[in-house]
Amino acid sequence: MTTSGRPPLWRDVRVLSWAFQLVVVGLVVAIVLWLLDNFRANSERINTPTGFAFLDQPSDFPIPGSDFRQSQPVRDALVEGLQNTLRLAVTGIVLATVLGVLIGIARLAQNFIVRNASRVYVEFVRNVPLLAILILLYIAVVLNVFPRADQSWELGPLAVLNVRGASVFWFEGGNVKFAIAVVATVLAAWVIARWRRGVADRTGRPARRGLWALTGGAVVFVVAWAVLGLGGTAPEIDGRRVTGGITMTPEYFAALAALVLYTASHIAEIVRGSIQAVPRGQGEAADSLALSGFQRTWFVVLPQAMRIAVPPIGNQYLNLTKNTSLAAVIGFPEITKITELTVANRSPAVPSYALLLAIYLVLSLVISFFVNLVNRRLAIVER
Amino acid sequence: METLDTALTEVVIPPPEPPRPPAAGPGDWLRRNLFRSRVDAVVTVVAGVVVGYIAYRLVRFVFVTGRWEIIRVNLKLFMVGRYPSDELWRIVVGLAAIALYGGLLAGLVAHRQAVAGTAPPPVSLGRRIAGLAQRLWPLLVGVLLLLLLSSTAGPWLTALLVVAAAVLGRIVGWYLPRRSILWLVLAGIVGAIVLVWFLARPIGWDQWGGMMLNLFMAIAGIALCFPLGVLLALGRRSKLPLIRAVSVGYIELFRGVPLYVLLFMSFLALGFFLPTWAESPGLVVRAIVVFTLFTAAYVAEIVRGGLQSLPRGQTEAAQSLGLSPVKTMFLIILPQALRNVIPALVGQFISLFKDTVLAGAAMGIFEVLNVAEATTAQEEFRGEGLIAETFSFVMLLFWVGCITMSRESQRLERKLGVGLR
Repeated sequence: MTTSGRPPLWRDVRVLSWAFQLVVVGLVVAIVLWLLDNFRANSERINTPTGFAFLDQPSDFPIPGSDFRQSQPVRDALVEGLQNTLRLAVTGIVLATVLGVLIGIARLAQNFIVRNASRVYVEFVRNVPLLAILILLYIAVVLNVFPRADQSWELGPLAVLNVRGASVFWFEGGNVKFAIAVVATVLAAWVIARWRRGVADRTGRPARRGLWALTGGAVVFVVAWAVLGLGGTAPEIDGRRVTGGITMTPEYFAALAALVLYTASHIAEIVRGSIQAVPRGQGEAADSLALSGFQRTWFVVLPQAMRIAVPPIGNQYLNLTKNTSLAAVIGFPEITKITELTVANRSPAVPSYALLLAIYLVLSLVISFFVNLVNRRLAIVER
Repeated sequence: METLDTALTEVVIPPPEPPRPPAAGPGDWLRRNLFRSRVDAVVTVVAGVVVGYIAYRLVRFVFVTGRWEIIRVNLKLFMVGRYPSDELWRIVVGLAAIALYGGLLAGLVAHRQAVAGTAPPPVSLGRRIAGLAQRLWPLLVGVLLLLLLSSTAGPWLTALLVVAAAVLGRIVGWYLPRRSILWLVLAGIVGAIVLVWFLARPIGWDQWGGMMLNLFMAIAGIALCFPLGVLLALGRRSKLPLIRAVSVGYIELFRGVPLYVLLFMSFLALGFFLPTWAESPGLVVRAIVVFTLFTAAYVAEIVRGGLQSLPRGQTEAAQSLGLSPVKTMFLIILPQALRNVIPALVGQFISLFKDTVLAGAAMGIFEVLNVAEATTAQEEFRGEGLIAETFSFVMLLFWVGCITMSRESQRLERKLGVGLR
């Protein structure tokens, strides 16, 4: 026997590790195949289709609060549902971020009332189930406390609120045009901000980028609005109906409010932790440069806190997006509710739900892609 | 140069203010906390009015307008669902057993700490009770509320028995042999199984309901998902590419979809994936399986964080002692990693506990939120719009449970010194 040369096969680590992996993967594949085989057998037994042909069948149900017709195919209903989900998720993310950051800062305020009120809020909302908040808001607040249509609460020409929903001022005339105006505004603000930074770098004068970009952006927005011929529509009470503006259904309003309140409490806790994680010396340095309280928070502490806060806040965005599915419980026609409806209307259950899972998976991946993008941009560049 | 000189001479340095004496008293407190500046004063007034109004409405709801009769009448339904009344002693025994076990563990741990010299300095009994009350005040408030709402003596006796069992366990635990902690943990696992069997004797868990069912589903979910979660975490950190791919696929799949949809699927579509001869499992079992599979993905990520937090030196030290890879993992790495992530695991348990209400909405299981909706449809309460009362009560129950756990886990975090070592 020689001590050199390859060990026998059953003691070769490489062979063993590959064998182990193949066994595990084989097991997983076997389980999946077994499940699929069961699925096929069961479908044949009770005679349900297994493919995605149902997408082109007429859907046979109306969607409240939309001009969707019963004769339209299931595919269109799902698109409508996805749009509602996205509307809820995007609006929710924006509002929850704003509210959460504000409350997170308020948690550390020097003012006794502000500090403790935000603390009580966070400690309460974080520790109760979202579904309970959602249903309670929908039934006990929106349906019971909001006024009847002929006694609506009005906030000037900006908003009207009653039990049929909330209407707010909105633009008029073409989504594409509106998108163009928004993009032009953002572009203009970005260009102005860059230009101001260049000026500041060359001359050493204060850049005041935010002020310049905001003003320039506002000017461009107004000009674009006028040039593109966009108009505005304000909600008005017309007898028992509200015309004009954009109307949120009670379900949308309750779902949005619950998601925002719940997620904001989580975001606030993250923001507070991140601010406290910024070394104390940073704030003291800002003080010794005689920055004002606002400048200290906005230019010194928050940017550094945000670097710590971005990954967990991104997680909250994912949670919020997944939690939009709970709006199905109060009957908001988002994608989960639409899938429930299609399945109740003779669409096969398994393909429908597989599609639903795939849609949520894609949504999650897209959001985590963007969060990673922001995270990479904010990360400290080290040499 | 000249301008600089004049500039320098023109700077007037104000004489330093005499340091303010560290005044105390209500006036100073007010100035520091409420009226620091003019803006602060405005904020105080506005926030005070808003908070005062909300507090006024809340107090009015709790003491004046709220009709709490519905909770009083249905208290048993909220807590234990349709558990038969003459079998309730089983739940009392179960609670006492759990308290006894907790007391035993606490006593044993305290003794070990005392011997190891890491115990906190001894304090008088009164102080200890005061400290416990301060630590657990939400729980005490919750229990007291339940006792006040109850219309029979049963709950009072139960509470007394539970406290007595805990104290007894704490005293006996001190005198247990110090090495018996492993046996105690094993006895706990066996005891849990026996307890479930004992409680499921009169009615199977498919007929359980109320808060008891929520707790049961959450505890079963977290306990069952743990082995799978640890395996997935190890798989994700493995050097073997196929194992890693399978783990990552599982984790990302389950983290990317809503729990509600998974529950609904298991309610509706599970039958399709079982062999034709198999009988579909009951709803509670399905819910627990979904909770287990779902939570395993999150636990895997938490455990992975714990594994990554350990310095490489631990592995290398174990290897240099000649330990096999398996021994290195299970004797050196995993125990430390798991200890580091106990707070995060508690957080996951809290989140699972809150998510158990989804089983009610998705599958119609008679858990506590469903009880809250069902009671408002009872004959005597129908059409009175009492959902605010029942839901507030349920939210309070969840709040008591979650805040107690999260405070205890923060305390544990400080004690373990996570992030300080």
